[in-house]
Parts: sequence; C-alpha cells; structure tokens
Amino acid sequence: MTEFDAATAAVQAALDAGARYADARVMHRRYESMTARNGDVEELTQDESIGLGVRALVGASWGFYAVPDLSDAAARDAGRRAARTAMASARVPGPPVDLVPVEAVTASWASNCEVDPLGVPLSDKGDLLVGATRTMAEHGADLAEGLYQIWDTAKWFVSSEGHRIDQRIRECGGGISATSIGDGETQRRSWPSYRGQYGTTGWELVESLDLAAHAAQIAEESRALLTAPLCPAGETDLILGGEQLALQIHESVGHAIELDRILGWEAAFAGTSWLDLAQLGSLRYGSELMNITIDPTIPGALGSFGFDDEGSPAVKRDAVRDGRWVGVLAGRDSAAMASLDYGGSVRADGWARLPMVRMTNVGLEPGPHTLDEIIAATDDGVLMDLNRSWSIDDKRLNFQFGCEVGWEIKKGRRGRMLRNPTYTGIGPLFWRSMDMLSSETVSWGTPNCGKGQPGQTGHTGHPAAPARFKNVRVGVSA
Amino acid sequence: MTELELAGQVIELVRRLGGPTVQAEAVVTRADLALTRFANSAIHQNVAESTVGVRLRLHVDGRTAAGSGSVLTADGLRALVERTLAAARLCPPDPGWPGLAPPTPTPDAPGVDEATAYAEPDQRADRVGAFVAAAGGLTTAGYCRTAHRSSAFANSAGHTAHGRSAEAAMDGIARRDGADGVARRYADRLSDLDGAELGAQAAAKAQAAADPVELPPGRYEVVFEPAAVADLLQNLSWYGFNGKRYAERQSFAEPGSAQFDSTVTLVDDPLGSSGLPFDAEGTGRRALTLVEAGTTRAVAHDRRTAAEAGAESTGHAVAGGATWGPMARNLRLSGAVAGPASPVGRSTTGTAAGAVVDADTAALVAGVRRGLLVSDLWYTRVLDPKSLVVTGLTRNGVWLIEDGTVVRAVRDLRFTESYPRALGPGAVLGLGARAVRQPDRVDGAWWAAPSLRLASWHFTGGASG
Repeated sequence: MTEFDAATAAVQAALDAGARYADARVMHRRYESMTARNGDVEELTQDESIGLGVRALVGASWGFYAVPDLSDAAARDAGRRAARTAMASARVPGPPVDLVPVEAVTASWASNCEVDPLGVPLSDKGDLLVGATRTMAEHGADLAEGLYQIWDTAKWFVSSEGHRIDQRIRECGGGISATSIGDGETQRRSWPSYRGQYGTTGWELVESLDLAAHAAQIAEESRALLTAPLCPAGETDLILGGEQLALQIHESVGHAIELDRILGWEAAFAGTSWLDLAQLGSLRYGSELMNITIDPTIPGALGSFGFDDEGSPAVKRDAVRDGRWVGVLAGRDSAAMASLDYGGSVRADGWARLPMVRMTNVGLEPGPHTLDEIIAATDDGVLMDLNRSWSIDDKRLNFQFGCEVGWEIKKGRRGRMLRNPTYTGIGPLFWRSMDMLSSETVSWGTPNCGKGQPGQTGHTGHPAAPARFKNVRVGVSA
Repeated sequence: MTELELAGQVIELVRRLGGPTVQAEAVVTRADLALTRFANSAIHQNVAESTVGVRLRLHVDGRTAAGSGSVLTADGLRALVERTLAAARLCPPDPGWPGLAPPTPTPDAPGVDEATAYAEPDQRADRVGAFVAAAGGLTTAGYCRTAHRSSAFANSAGHTAHGRSAEAAMDGIARRDGADGVARRYADRLSDLDGAELGAQAAAKAQAAADPVELPPGRYEVVFEPAAVADLLQNLSWYGFNGKRYAERQSFAEPGSAQFDSTVTLVDDPLGSSGLPFDAEGTGRRALTLVEAGTTRAVAHDRRTAAEAGAESTGHAVAGGATWGPMARNLRLSGAVAGPASPVGRSTTGTAAGAVVDADTAALVAGVRRGLLVSDLWYTRVLDPKSLVVTGLTRNGVWLIEDGTVVRAVRDLRFTESYPRALGPGAVLGLGARAVRQPDRVDGAWWAAPSLRLASWHFTGGASG
C-alpha cells in the first residue's frame, strides 16, 4: 500500500460516510537538532514520524482525524471518523461552507537542496557547534550556545476533487548566541539572528552563516552590553536592522492579514485583526515605501512550497502595494466566505494537525538606500537590531519589541552601544512613519510561529531590509 | 502490545544491538487527543488524533543521544535504535551524564475517568452548544478538549513505570461590540465542565466590558483573576524555578531567601489531579514546595541538574530537558485561609456588576481604593530572564475600581513589570480563598490560582495608542 493509496482510501471512506468533500495528507518527516553549550554538545535529537490526517466536509461542517497507521483498514477508519466528527460539528452549525475553485492536478515538487543536511556527518555538525561555542566561552560568554535544526518532509496529498500531489521539502538552519550574566540582569548577542537563520534549502545555508567567524565578536559584545548605557526613553528616529524588521513584518503585517483572524476564527486564542475586509483595496497601511508581498515561490526562503496543504499552487500576490492594503493570506473556505477568489496559504505542521491559514513568505520589497546611507541621513536616533522579545495585542495593533542591541545615532554616525533597547507603537501608525528603506534584503526564516488549537508551529519566511521610522517611542522599562 | 511491553522491547533491542553496557531509557506514549473549536458561535474546527510514539535516550561510551518516532513496526523500532546508537557514538563525550533512575516504586496516581479518556465528539459539541446558548446571543468563540495518555517507561537499569491520565478543559469568550469576557476551566472529568455556566460567566463579563475608556499609563493597584495569575505562575516556573536556569545563574531564585510576600506559598502538585506518576526519566513525581510563606525553598530538578547541584531529582524531567531544563507544570498558588463569606461585587453604573463573577474576587475588589480588575494577560514575553521583567497586555476585560467598587470598563493596557518584584515582600495585599485550575495550552499542564490583589503593577501604555 503506497502513501497515495492510504490517502485515497481515507478520502473514499469519508465520502462513503457522507462527506461532500474530503482530502487527506500522508506526511513522513525526519527531524534532527543539536544544541551545544560552552564547548560541548548538549543534546542531539532525531525524530522520524509518519502518519495520515484526513479532513471531511459534511454539509457545512468540518471534521478531522489523524492516525499513525497507513494500513488500508486504519486509513478507512480515519476517513469514517473524520466524517463522524464533522457530523458532531453540525450540532452547533455555522454558515454554509464553500471552497474557492482550484485546478485538480497530479504533480510533484521538491525544494532545492545542494547538500543533504541529514547526510552531513554528525561529527562535522557537532564540531561546528562545539568549536563556535568554545570560542564564545573563551571570549567571555557565560553561556555560549549553538543550535541547528533540520526537517526533511515528504507529503502525499489526495482530494476528492482529484488532486494527487507529492512534495519533498528540506529545511534547515542554525545559529549561535552568547549570554553574559551580570548583577541582576543578563545580556545576549546572537548570530545571525535570535534562534538562527533558516531556509527551505540544504546544509549550504548553515555553512554560509560562518558561525565560527562571528563567535568572538558576539561574545565580547554581550559582555560589553552589561556596562553599556541604557537605551534612553523618549521619541526618536528609529532605524531597524533587517532581522528585527522581519519580525516586525511577521507580527504586525503577516498575522494581521490572515483571513481566518479577520473572519474571527481565531478570536478566542491567537486573536482577530484590526483590518476590516470592507477596506481591502483602499486602506492606507503604511507609507508609500511599503510594498509587502505574499510569495511562496522564493527559492530557498523558509515559507516556500510547490503547493499548499489544500493543493493550491504557490502563487505570488501583493498584500500591501504603495502603502495600501490589497491582499490577504487565505484558504479555500475562508476565501469563499470573504468572496475572494484565491486561497493558497493553508498549511499544517504535521500529519496529526488540521491545515490552517499560515504565512508563507511575507516580505517587504527593497528600497533605494543602503543602511550606511540611512545612518548618514539621520541626525539623532537609535539603531536597533536582533530581536530579544516580542509582544503584540490580539488585534495586531499595539506592539512592544525588545532588541539585543542598540546604537546611538548622532549627526549621521553610529555612536555608543545601548543596553536593553525597546520600542513600542501602533502598527499602521508605525508603518506610515517609514521614510527610508534599504535595498539590502535578506529572506529571514522564522521556524517557530505558533498558532491554532491544538498548537501548531509554522515555518515562515520574511524578506526584509533595514529601514528608518520617524518619531518612535523607545526605551520602555519596568 | 501494551505500552510497557513496547518500552521493554525497545530496551531489549538496545541491549541486542548496542551491547550490555549501553544505558538506555524508553518512553512509549499512546495519546487520544480531541479538540472541538468554535468561533462566531459555531463549531468551525473539530479534530481528533489517536497516536502512539516512542522516545529513546541512550548513553554509550560516555556519549548521549536521543531519538523518537512513530514508526512502531519491528523494522521501525530497529531503525530508531540503530540511528540513536549511531548518533551517540558520533557525539562528543558527555561528562554531565547523571546515570539512569534506579528501580523504585511508582507513586500512586489519581484514577482516570474513562468517560473523559474516550469522550465522543458529540459530548464536546454539546458543551459548546451549551456555552453558545448561555451567552444569550453574544458572539462566542473557544474550545472544549479532552486528552488521554497512557504512558510506560523502561530503562536498562531495570526500572519500569506505567501510568495513565485523562483531563478536559474548556475555554471560551463572549463578545459584545468588540469587548470580550472570558471563562476558562481545567477538570479531571469532562462531566465537571458546565458549558452553560461558563458561557453565562463569559457573557456577563462581556456585557460589563462594553464602552471601555482609556486610562493613562502608570502604576496601579490591581486585582488579578485566576486566568491572569496563571500567567505569573507559568513564567515564574519556566524562568525562575527551573533547575537549569538556576544553575546557569539566570534565575532570580535564591533558596532560603524571603523573596516573596509572606502570603505566597507555591507548590507544584503533579498528582493533585489526574496526571502521569513519573517524569521523562522515570523518576516518580510528587508535590514540591517551591515557595513557603514567602521564602523560596526549592527549584525543580531533573537528574542532570540535580547532579550538578548536588541534589536529588524532583521528578521534573521533560523531553528536551537538556536544552530547556526541568519544568514545574502543575503549579498551585495557595489561597488565603478561609474567612467569613465575602460580599457580592457592587457596581455604581449597573453595567459592571458582571465583571466580578465570584465572591473571592468581590472581597478583594472591596478593599481597593483605586485600582484595576484584570481578567487575563496576553502575549507575555520576558525582557530579562534574571530579573524576570516581562511585558505583555491585558485581555478579555479590565475594569477601574474606585472605593471598593467596579465603576467602569477600561481599554486594554500594556505592562512592563518584574514578576518577582510584584509579588515581593509587602506587595501582596490579598488572596482569594479558592484556587481555580486553569488549563495550559498543552494537556498535562495546569496552573491553579485564586484571585490576587497586588499593591502595584506597572502599565506602560494603552493598547490603542
């Protein structure tokens, strides 16, 4: 029995049990992670999981059931249980459910991978982390930590409309961080990002990060931060590095344009959105420099795929064009409910989880400047980079972010390092204050986006470049 | 094959393939998890899974590795053992390896409610229906979930353990004009969850949350309801009472020091309800007093952090603990000694009475000259782990209290506050008598707390601007 056979059996059983639509995914994932601390490997974990999840639509109600068994009997039982669960949903019914049309295809897709990350000897991977963390410890870090993660996922998707799609997606990434502990506080510097950089790519990504070459510097900076002056409190011009701007995009744009949130489906947990569908196409989200795209076709970015988990093909779309809100992240049912004609942004983090609206690659198109030009054009401000903490309200309006490091900007020059930099604002006001944007784009990968109940961890990508924002409140403290 | 037999089979495989000197531990867990989710007053997501997985950790020639999988065929188990052995041999030496748990009896755990363990989707849907109906036409959203785990442990030192757990939880909001009220409960039995009671409570709070006003940022006296207190407990547990962070000097905890108000007693009580009687290393779980009458007494340990600290494991090992550290996930803040019956909450406007839904909270509110009643906290993130300075927002209802009376709803506020400092000596002005259990985002974890009155909480801005 092949994976396609199991998925087909589950779909057929759901139809036989009364479903008017059903789809099923078999997913086989191998995962490996290693952490190192202070020159030793701390933990090595490998996981292999395979199973089937089937989704059934009965009338206007959905049901989902998942099992780790791919036998014909187990697959058919899962299909029947999904239909039965959907029937239970009808006890508290909602509005009619439609699905926007998508062409049923038979297709295969695989992400690019030059160096198979699971094929790299563990000893080589260990040596990389051990060496970098040892260097950080030797240069003053109290806690020198390193991490890599690898996901190798094969998926087989079948729908009652005739889809038959298989995909293989390999993702990996990693990074290092140095923590220095002082009296009553800790300071951390990371490279290249908090939790590292990730992509839909092979081990070549981790090699390109050159962790060892940056170890000494971040260790020394983490120690220097303990005695650096505090970030002053007040309103000032704020320059954000690309990594922090990626997080800003993720939290204050990506989540806000998720259609399930806009429709209220996440109201009790992840929250809703400040956006009103009636304003789609007309609302000013930010300055005219703000062009945000939803693009799962970017080679190597962490939110890339060939087809989403409803069988919709990867397509690039605009979310914000010239500062105006023009698009959402949608699934087939949410799009139909909102009278939109596209889905394409639905994914699940495993075979046992229901596919739901998730970010793909949501990123900011580059501007005309360089970071150096932005700094040179700033008379008085603060440059912040690398995320340290993130918090935003349930409508995705009010945010407060902390960064690992700040630098004073005076008369067009980078000055003293600043400790505990934070900034706060309201999403659309903040984005409308963006007046300079760099061309130095990097597609940052976020492998830890939480959403849904039961909880799911999404992998998203965020092209971003440094940018300047006017009159931002900084230096919030306890 | 039972979970225990399967775990024993994995250990035997390790012996066969790795030799008699390999130290190994295996955990096999069968899980039946289901969650019925509703939004816009209708069930929109309804999911269930029946899974079984095995987790293996082994130590060979001074090196350690872990592996896990869901492929439980003979070939699948063999592959798991072979790749974990291969991984361990390629790892560098692990001088901190604490050895395996010795054979010891597993503590008695509370019984499992079979009706909860194998609840049908109709039963969850009926509770959702009752919640929606009780909200009286307000828009509702939330979930009802059930969870059952049957788990077995075996190690090559001859220690075995088995246990089961079942639980249920319900969490919902009612919404009026964008203002939300919340009701949230954790229970050992699905039958103990009353959808109608929770729906009515959420609706009453939503009605009382209408027409909120903006308040200026600053320090306010506060009354936190149990849902808000649960966030304090979780962050204190993860960042403060975590033996790994303590060893790394990243924790505020100083055992023996009076770090909290004398009214604060915190106990991790994993077997205080249906729960597995052993941790990820097979160590028996038991109640652990972390704070006693304001004095920090202990931090949670697994075998590795205990060995580092010269202590005994407290039974708090979790999968991935070498990285994240041991976790206390069943924390109870003791309530005040029961006193006379509390007065009922009052309102000058008539619209805010529903903000106060129980007598404990009413009694605390009655003592406040000017302050805020807070239902829930949201998106809290640590700005500094050592001082445990946290930022986050209020959610699901905030009200202004004047002269012991809830006078009106307030818009959500952002705060930036040190949790240990806010609970420090002299900072706790009152506790409710009854600790109410709140569900975590994952099954197996809960936070029990009464309402709590604090002298000061630093609100740093309004959520709307």
